[in-house]
Amino acid sequence: MSTSTKALNRLGWWDRVSPASKDPITGVTEAFLADTNPHKINLGVGAYRDDEGKPVVLQCVRNAEAKIAGCDFINVGRESNATAVGSKLVEESVKLAYGKDANVVKEGTLAGLQALSGTGACRLFAEFQRRFHPESPIYFPDPTWPNHPNIWRDAQVPVRTFQYYHPVSKGLNFAALMDDIKNAPDASFFLLHPCAHNPTGVDPTAEQWREISYQFKVKSHFPFFDVAYQGFASGDLDMDAQAIRIFLEDGHLIGCAQSFAKNMGLYGHRVGCLSVLCADAKQAVAVKSQLQQIARAMYSNPPIHGLLLVSTILSDPETKALWVKEVKVMANRIQQMRSTLRESLEKLASPLNWEHITKQVGMFCFSGLTADQVDRLVREFHIYLTRDGRMSMAGVTTSNVSYLANAIHEVTRYN
Amino acid sequence: MAFRAVMSRRGTNRSSDIGARWMSTWWGNVEPAAKDPILGVTEAFLADPSPSKVNVGVGAYRDDNGKPVVLECVREAERRIAGHSNMEYLPMGGSVKMVEETLKLAYGENSEFIKDKRIAAVQSLSGTGACRLFADFQKRFRPDSQIYIPVPTWANHHNIWRDAQVPQRTFHYYLPETRGLDFASLMDDIKNAPNGSFFLLHACAHNPTGVDPTEEQWREMSYQFKAKGHFAFFDMAYQGFASGDPERDAKSIRIFLEDGHLIGIAQSYAKNMGLYGQRVGCLSVLCEDEKQAVAVKSQLQQLARPMYSNPPLHGALIVSTILGDPELKNLWLKEVKVMADRIIGMRTALRENLEKLGSPLSWEHITNQIGMFCYSGLTPEQVDRLTSEFHIYLTRNGRISMAGITTGNVGYLANAINEVSKSA
Repeated sequence: MSTSTKALNRLGWWDRVSPASKDPITGVTEAFLADTNPHKINLGVGAYRDDEGKPVVLQCVRNAEAKIAGCDFINVGRESNATAVGSKLVEESVKLAYGKDANVVKEGTLAGLQALSGTGACRLFAEFQRRFHPESPIYFPDPTWPNHPNIWRDAQVPVRTFQYYHPVSKGLNFAALMDDIKNAPDASFFLLHPCAHNPTGVDPTAEQWREISYQFKVKSHFPFFDVAYQGFASGDLDMDAQAIRIFLEDGHLIGCAQSFAKNMGLYGHRVGCLSVLCADAKQAVAVKSQLQQIARAMYSNPPIHGLLLVSTILSDPETKALWVKEVKVMANRIQQMRSTLRESLEKLASPLNWEHITKQVGMFCFSGLTADQVDRLVREFHIYLTRDGRMSMAGVTTSNVSYLANAIHEVTRYN
Repeated sequence: MAFRAVMSRRGTNRSSDIGARWMSTWWGNVEPAAKDPILGVTEAFLADPSPSKVNVGVGAYRDDNGKPVVLECVREAERRIAGHSNMEYLPMGGSVKMVEETLKLAYGENSEFIKDKRIAAVQSLSGTGACRLFADFQKRFRPDSQIYIPVPTWANHHNIWRDAQVPQRTFHYYLPETRGLDFASLMDDIKNAPNGSFFLLHACAHNPTGVDPTEEQWREMSYQFKAKGHFAFFDMAYQGFASGDPERDAKSIRIFLEDGHLIGIAQSYAKNMGLYGQRVGCLSVLCEDEKQAVAVKSQLQQLARPMYSNPPLHGALIVSTILGDPELKNLWLKEVKVMADRIIGMRTALRENLEKLGSPLSWEHITNQIGMFCYSGLTPEQVDRLTSEFHIYLTRNGRISMAGITTGNVGYLANAINEVSKSA
């Protein structure tokens, strides 16, 4: 081999590639798994756990599994059966978000597509936004799920924020939020969490949603709802969709990313739905075809197993009723843990106000702990959470809640 | 309460509101996307009431009764999984077990690269997902590079690299006159491309032509790639499906590895395990050392996270159950061979039928070509006649999916092809 050939081979294809920074959320789980301490608690990733700290597969899911086992077309992708399954999933999903009797569902003005859970639905929309509104930025609440800016950035959509969380009250900064809505340029794209805001657990009231919706109309803003926790906030699926229903009543043409990761426990199956409400059926057909085009160059078709499970559950009234019950059980357990944690901290005579633990809603509690306090929780107590102080309440159990309360008290009592 | 009163006075009449004008124009500029030509063929086939209709446009395996197949090894794996596993998120890079087993298939059971941990590998959404992750990675870390794509290729390759915003070039591949490889032009294109160019190669069973380089030709290509410092990215969608022997089907890759290339590979289980809808595959990039592999893997994960966070669970469980159990793995290897053999059998039968009919044309290419597809050489007009007169459905480029041929329809098909081509 000549020296010049050798030199060409040493082109160093990937010399410029440095290790990516660790994902803040999955990094927590990794550290937790590596810890051998028997008291360790994982309050990192937002995956539901039962009162024994174990992952849960819902009974309705097991029932659906049994139903679809041995299906002939279970593995086949671009066949007519798979298309039918996908359509069924979209049909049932949008009923959940938009309301089962919603006009928009009947009128065929929804462009709907199965997606790779909430992430995939957001990404499809972000790509679509850039393609058809190339200069438009997206406005995220501050704070938001850390992957939101990654998604829109990778789709090359500029990212902006609007005020949301009030660190002092540990609630909603409504006045600032409304200001930001008013001050944004007309017809801006906004991402909204319709319930169980991630990471803060702070949601607007119905009254506040109405005001937001009104202002959105005045400004002609586009509302994109990321629906990751429907059912997990109040335990009632319809109530958790109230924000969406308000916007629909007011005539907005919204977009929606729905995920079945949490409320059906189908985390690893990556099943969700993207819907875009259009002006008419013709537009819906065009929009759907463009979304399919975007998906085709990313992964061709979505994985069928999750689709089959969800459409089986949602289209059988008995199984669906069981699911609705099971969602309520999960939401109730979380609410219970919130109460218990707050009570325990108050019993310990903590100098701080812990009202927000029960005021906040859904999987997460934005504790208000500082990064240093979080580091102490990890180091001294083997309690794992993200450094923004977000605690996944799903990781709290009756057997660890006292230990947790005690640890939080220890790291905060002298502040 | 005052606010609500204001709201109800204003009412919710769309047309009277300021925003309504904007709302209807959000997606007013969205045109319907061009229809997928293959889908169109399937739709037309399904709509046809003729009892003798034949679908040779389909890209998925069919048995000798024209039925889709779920492999027995897959059924068994499903039985073992159902009701037992939880449904938690996989890591961003996917199932470690599945990726491990998958790398062995491509790089070799005892590959030194696997031992030395030099391969950056992540589970992907089948072959499409693997190609897209690589295209995005190429864009991010070699932003000035282009991708050379063979002519013709699977249509979605163009979509993938285009959406990743990597400029495309083509290189000669198929020679219509011979219905074989245009090797001289291919080699010219490799030589004339700028040093250090990125090339997309089909490892085996080229889609859509079925035309593969010989082992000798692969060696020449590999040598020329070294001389030019080119990067080889292999899309291996049909390992096992081409010859019936996965080791043999990976030969092109092994040649490049022996010659010291640092390649990339997209692997898919859609066809060879019949897991089409499960979307399970693997992207791997061979690196200089373990440190680089760790960095590259982390960046591939970083690309996956804002796309779908982590890959789907079920297909990965099936694959690792099968490949992790020697008995199941053996069963799989047998079943892959059955599928490949049936296809090869149909190639032979179609060619023999055409020759028996005294066709004036040469049909050698039917058995020379390999894998799911045969580039028949039929013109679009001849294809249209096949469809309108004989209810035989295929894409207008003359691509025949051998999977759609059965002992029951091969005679009819041969006759029809002969009819439309004999006076050509």
